[in-house]
Amino acid sequence: MRRNGLLALVDWKALTILVALMVMGLVNLWSASEGMGVPFYQRQLLWLAVGGFFGLLVFSIDYRHYEGLAYLLYGLGMGLLVVVLLIGVEVGGAKRWIEMGWLRFQPSEYMKLGLVIGLARYFYRRPRPRGYSLRDLAVPFLMVLGPAALVALEPDLGTALLLFLIFFGVVLFCGIRRRSLLILLAALASSAPLGWSLLKDYQRRRILAFLDPYSDPLGSGYHLIQSKIAVGSGGLWGKGFLGGTQCKLQFLPQYHTDFAFALLGEEWGFVGCAIVLILFLLLILWGLETAFKAKDRFGAVIAVGVTAMIFIHVAVNIGMVLGMLPVVGLPLPFFSYGGSCTVAHVMGVGLLLNVRSRRHLLAPRRT
Amino acid sequence: MAWYANKGGSPARAKVFYWMVVATFGLLLLRLWHLQVIEGEEFRRLCESNRIRLVKVAPLRGRIFDRKGRILADNRPSFDLFVIPEDVKDKESFAEGLAPLLGMPPEEILGKISQRGRSPFQPVRIKGDLTWEELSRIKIRQMELPGLKVSVVPVRTYLYRGLAAHLLGTVGEITREELSRRRAKGYDIGDYLGKTGLEAAWEDYLRGLKGGRQVEVDALGRELRVLREVEPIPGWDLHLTLDLDLQRKAEELLKGKAGAIVALDPSSGAVLAMASAPSYDPAAFARGIPLEMWKKLNEDPLHPLTNRAIRGLYAPGSVFKIVVAAAALAEGRVDPDERLHCGGLFPLGQKVFRCWKEEGHGWMDLKQAIIQSCDIYFYQLGLRVGPELMASYAEAFGFGRCTGIELPGEKAGFVPSPAWKAKRGERWYDGETVVMAIGQGPFLVTPLQMARMIAAVANGGVLYQPLVATEVIDPEGKGVRSYRPRPMGRLPLSPRVLRRLKEALLGVVEDEKGTGRAAHIPGVSVAGKTGTAQVAKMGQRRLKPSELPYELRDHAWFVAYAPAEAPTIAVAVVVEHGGHGGSAAAPLARELIKEWLSIEGEADET
Repeated sequence: MRRNGLLALVDWKALTILVALMVMGLVNLWSASEGMGVPFYQRQLLWLAVGGFFGLLVFSIDYRHYEGLAYLLYGLGMGLLVVVLLIGVEVGGAKRWIEMGWLRFQPSEYMKLGLVIGLARYFYRRPRPRGYSLRDLAVPFLMVLGPAALVALEPDLGTALLLFLIFFGVVLFCGIRRRSLLILLAALASSAPLGWSLLKDYQRRRILAFLDPYSDPLGSGYHLIQSKIAVGSGGLWGKGFLGGTQCKLQFLPQYHTDFAFALLGEEWGFVGCAIVLILFLLLILWGLETAFKAKDRFGAVIAVGVTAMIFIHVAVNIGMVLGMLPVVGLPLPFFSYGGSCTVAHVMGVGLLLNVRSRRHLLAPRRT
Repeated sequence: MAWYANKGGSPARAKVFYWMVVATFGLLLLRLWHLQVIEGEEFRRLCESNRIRLVKVAPLRGRIFDRKGRILADNRPSFDLFVIPEDVKDKESFAEGLAPLLGMPPEEILGKISQRGRSPFQPVRIKGDLTWEELSRIKIRQMELPGLKVSVVPVRTYLYRGLAAHLLGTVGEITREELSRRRAKGYDIGDYLGKTGLEAAWEDYLRGLKGGRQVEVDALGRELRVLREVEPIPGWDLHLTLDLDLQRKAEELLKGKAGAIVALDPSSGAVLAMASAPSYDPAAFARGIPLEMWKKLNEDPLHPLTNRAIRGLYAPGSVFKIVVAAAALAEGRVDPDERLHCGGLFPLGQKVFRCWKEEGHGWMDLKQAIIQSCDIYFYQLGLRVGPELMASYAEAFGFGRCTGIELPGEKAGFVPSPAWKAKRGERWYDGETVVMAIGQGPFLVTPLQMARMIAAVANGGVLYQPLVATEVIDPEGKGVRSYRPRPMGRLPLSPRVLRRLKEALLGVVEDEKGTGRAAHIPGVSVAGKTGTAQVAKMGQRRLKPSELPYELRDHAWFVAYAPAEAPTIAVAVVVEHGGHGGSAAAPLARELIKEWLSIEGEADET
């Protein structure tokens, strides 16, 4: 196949889905901005533009060049995670941001991509046609444990958990021996009590609040109930743009970030939510297809890692807003206000487009 | 050819991935359908006609006790009037209707209920401490003014009005700035928290945990039912080392003066009394202090809000001779029996330095020089010891750094040294050495540092971190934390040097030529040292205090401990612009020590 410019490489179908999600997220944030009297949507627009620029950059360089840079990118992310613990800015009791002049960014968001690329290189270089054993997985496990531990120290348990889930998704995709999988699951189940004892008090209360929303009426239980009321009151058609009384009246303090979907549910109803869900579903299925159709294992693992990242964000966030999961601080991509999260997810889609579009080009050097 | 298919990846496994994703989204969609379509009506009802609200309930603040278990700070109930802005239909007519009931201007009420940037469901406090008349007027009109709510809330109260005001500190409503820093700790708009003193230092223990009720209210904001309730948990009680009677005595002694008194238990560093004058009434702060009153306190030239015991900075004056003498003895720079001459004048370079006694003291040994506080003897001693050693001994005696008392805003003071001057590119002159030897110049110490210094001399050389609290007790009566004496360092003195020093200090009060005679108590041996911190520069002739305007008069110091053979109290007294330490400060120390001995006597009898 002949190379005729970047434009010919673009998968227009996926790009359309991406832009549609961005526009809907921005409209939703506009409504949130009206309610809070702070123009979040303006800055979000800026972040989308920044994300678009970096997404394009990530897309335009053939992804196979990333292989040589993989550990460098991973190391850079790790370095930033250490820096944030040392000189990070503390907001609401969590040290998650690095501030440089007017610029404030959240290294853990970019670490997700760094981890995916790092894992991709590892699995690319060590093919195991009969599946990976536990011993094979020791190194990639440490590759996740490092950043997850640093992120958990911030503390940001949601993102730490997300890193493990991405790893899990990648391992399932690459193939794991059945026995190893069973041992892994058993170990996971038995370590749960230990994990519980390591949790901070507010984190435990969140989980308990999910199991019994009335157990913590002052904190997260209250958020869950208000979130359900907001979504539920939207009904089939919703109350219309700027019509969300429940959220507008500040029952939910984070409706521009983690609970943005609650506002969407209230204003656009079941129909609006279903459209957004289906768009996300299409994007994720397309991402999986990209993985299965990738030319080489490196691209395939990148695609499955990024897809897992988006999928987990969407499923955990919406599950939380709908009261199906505990209040875990994971934002909804393109809907929640936040610079680093937005830029990282647009870059992620850029990577997917990259792998997708180059599946017919040149023979891979190695399989 | 795709790698996955090429390498024999099974289409079945690929399908598992697709189905997992589709199933998850299916679940989310089902849940949405359930919430929005099946239960949508119910949620819409909850959302619109009725509302679920969170009503927070303030906890009782932990109490503060003195060393004998007498309550110093407690809570009292107060009827406060709140408004929930959301329930007010027409804000202006509401303010008009409410104003006459409270005797407040309607604009003030309107201002309070129309604040931006806070949830309209959060109750706004309109007025605290309603009188019975106001309460009954409001009860009658309540139905016409929906949105009003009267709650009984706990308010800080100090049982001995104004006693130990600086030490106990103040409580006040949280400011926006404090809120942004402390939101993670669970503070909200309208909460009270410790602002100064112990109330601030022990805030985390004293505050308690808020409780709350989840209530369903009707369109008028009336509570229909309580869905869930969590009781508030009272704060933890704080027990102090302070003695109520001694504190009261210290404050009486300072009445009408500006200054500070600190009394420590020399064997532990425990603060027995800490008074600062002039003072103020902390109860006024608990309810939000009226602006004009705060202005008056803040602009008062005597700074009544400042805790002079830890924030007042004065030159140590002749009290510092204790340190110079200790340094000279410990370093072998003087033979204690060696006599130096004082003729009233001491020429050094181009200048002439004077003794406070114009006609001079004649020949003096170390002990007499301390007893009579001879300046010229100490000029010579200072030159022998040198400024570097004087500075390092000053630091060893605890000057120039915070004592570490658990109170906010303590000052470290300042010890001048050649190194400090070199850093500013200046030379150190011998003239500065002699000035330093008698504790004048840029030298600055706090009364607490002085008390700790003399306590260390009294107890045989241990410098303690001053202790204000003995323990923290939770509402069930269980001890949560207890505080033990914490030695911070030792004076670098041998027992022999220390004994000589103590003999001289005893002479200051007991010898008939002693400058501290005024602290003499028949039947009790008191040891101490006077000091006078110069305010105006040394002139040709030392003027008597009565010859100077008040603000140019010297500060009077006295440090003491008693009984000299087995000290149970160490005191530092400073009286601003009081003149000579011997006449202005020593009598105060005497009275305080007498009070303490009688308190101890009573304790022994029972």
